[in-house]
Amino acid sequence: MTTTQERAAAPLEDFRRLHPLTPVLRGWRVLAVLFALVLQNSIRSPGAVELLVFLGVGVPVALAYGWLSWRFTRFGVVDGDLTLETGVLFRRSRRVSLARLEAVDVVRPLIARALGLAELRLEVAGGSTEAALAYLSEPHAHRLRSELLARAAGIDATTPEAPEHVLVRVPLSAVVWSSVLRGPVIVGILWLVLVIIGAAVIGEFAALGLVVPLALGTGGALVTYVMSNFDFTVAESPDGLRLRHGLLETRAQTVAPGRVQAVRIVQPLLWRRRGWVRVDVNVAGYGGGESSGQSTTLLPVAPRPVALRVLAHVLPGVDIDAVPLTGVPPQARWRAPVQWRQLGVGADEHVFVARRGRFFRELMAVPHARTQSVRLTRGPWQRHLGLATVHVDTAPGPVRVDAAHRGAMEARQLVEAQAQRAQQARAIAVPQRWMTTAQSPPVLEQGQGGRP
Amino acid sequence: MVDEAFAPPGENWQPVSPRLRDLRRLLLVAFLVPAAVVAAVAVGVGVAWWLGLAVLVVALAVGAWAWWLLERSYRAWGYAERAEDLLVTRGVLIRRLVIVPYGRMQLVDVNAGPLDRRFGIATVQLHTAAAATDATIPGLPPAEAARLRERLAALGEARSAGL
Repeated sequence: MTTTQERAAAPLEDFRRLHPLTPVLRGWRVLAVLFALVLQNSIRSPGAVELLVFLGVGVPVALAYGWLSWRFTRFGVVDGDLTLETGVLFRRSRRVSLARLEAVDVVRPLIARALGLAELRLEVAGGSTEAALAYLSEPHAHRLRSELLARAAGIDATTPEAPEHVLVRVPLSAVVWSSVLRGPVIVGILWLVLVIIGAAVIGEFAALGLVVPLALGTGGALVTYVMSNFDFTVAESPDGLRLRHGLLETRAQTVAPGRVQAVRIVQPLLWRRRGWVRVDVNVAGYGGGESSGQSTTLLPVAPRPVALRVLAHVLPGVDIDAVPLTGVPPQARWRAPVQWRQLGVGADEHVFVARRGRFFRELMAVPHARTQSVRLTRGPWQRHLGLATVHVDTAPGPVRVDAAHRGAMEARQLVEAQAQRAQQARAIAVPQRWMTTAQSPPVLEQGQGGRP
Repeated sequence: MVDEAFAPPGENWQPVSPRLRDLRRLLLVAFLVPAAVVAAVAVGVGVAWWLGLAVLVVALAVGAWAWWLLERSYRAWGYAERAEDLLVTRGVLIRRLVIVPYGRMQLVDVNAGPLDRRFGIATVQLHTAAAATDATIPGLPPAEAARLRERLAALGEARSAGL
């Protein structure tokens, strides 16, 4: 116990280094490929010269470079910013403002796990300026996470890790079944069945050659989904929302309090009978979402009431279902014949809520204080029908909130009203260092251009 | 026709400089005329002289239509500064209006390319944390662009709020 305390208390003001095994873990792929190439060559043309050169020169040089780059990489906290210095020849120093910390992820790829290592990723508002500390020993990564979160919260850095309270644990059966009932997988299975039936009917069994890639693609998608959402756990703690998931590569995400910019509850058609939904979130640091390798899923699958309970922790004081929604005017059916009955919009004192989708139902919500800008657009067909669409812009992510096809005048009023509500909500927003009291003006918290 | 849904918040939208329209018309002419002449000559010599003439007439008609469209699109631009936010409107076919609160602005860009400088205009662009925010005002006289930038920066700092 005392050792943990002492290690944690070792001030981050002193620069620290990554785990010494880092170069091995980072470079093993390159070495493996080289080794395979050389081996292949030396088998084809006898003479072990290449193998000897590889073992005698290539490996030592690679190791030396890895060791140097490890030696030259260090990190520490300077004036409340995390500073990361890298580069052997070209030195690079990067400062990450902890006041703007949005989320901290601890990622453990399979091989790192085997060695007891983990990667710590800091997600900062403003997209790609994240800092990845790879690799640290696992306990170190966890200690560092709580320390950075404590600093970001504005409390003593030696505060021990906050206790957590598990909200939901997604059972494996739900993950598997929900993944089977997802659109891409269903389409893949349908194709498979069609090909097999077609081949049998026509008697052309060469077509069965298609079966293998189709089955591999569909099965691969299914397995990837199940593995990445394996044992999905959502927990709450004072330093934020904690998500843990993954079978081979595990990921532990901590989203700092109040950092969720927008949420949506989605329900694919085939999940409806079971009453399942998925919850996606926009977190500023995660940016574009899945494409950038980030996980923006708050809850992959859960019954609706459970999802709402989790959302109540993410957006305190908000009950999305209680917000009354108004539908679109009747002429909207000409513009959106399939989903016009589902379109709806509403707002209460905390959030702006919109609904859309006939088969793929979506219910979206943005806290007023997270509204970045409000837009009104109207295409030619909408103009003809006297309609317009209201967009509420938030930090990038999977959730794009819009209230489509409102009556034109109503839309303008919605836009103005939302701008108004956003402004009022900003005035009483939580400070960025969320544990400090809200008395200091938010300008100082920005850390840039602060005025006395 | 008064467009109520996109009506200005006050008396009128602040217009942008007509030199924006002039610049775009110049670009139109600079690209369309040589292209039309080359096409007309090629068709006229290669196929039949009257077909070449027809090509030229069609090109001229398209040019005239685009000439008129540039006027409309220039007139569609407008902005308004309110106490707490900036409004920008634009677009003919797809009409747009964006409201950007000063407290949400992360940075303000002023851009002017060589041709813009020649014509004495500049573009002011606002960025928020949302990539979808689409607040660009082209065709501002440099003095106005600088004034707007200073004002927006000052207001943005005074009202800035955490993400």
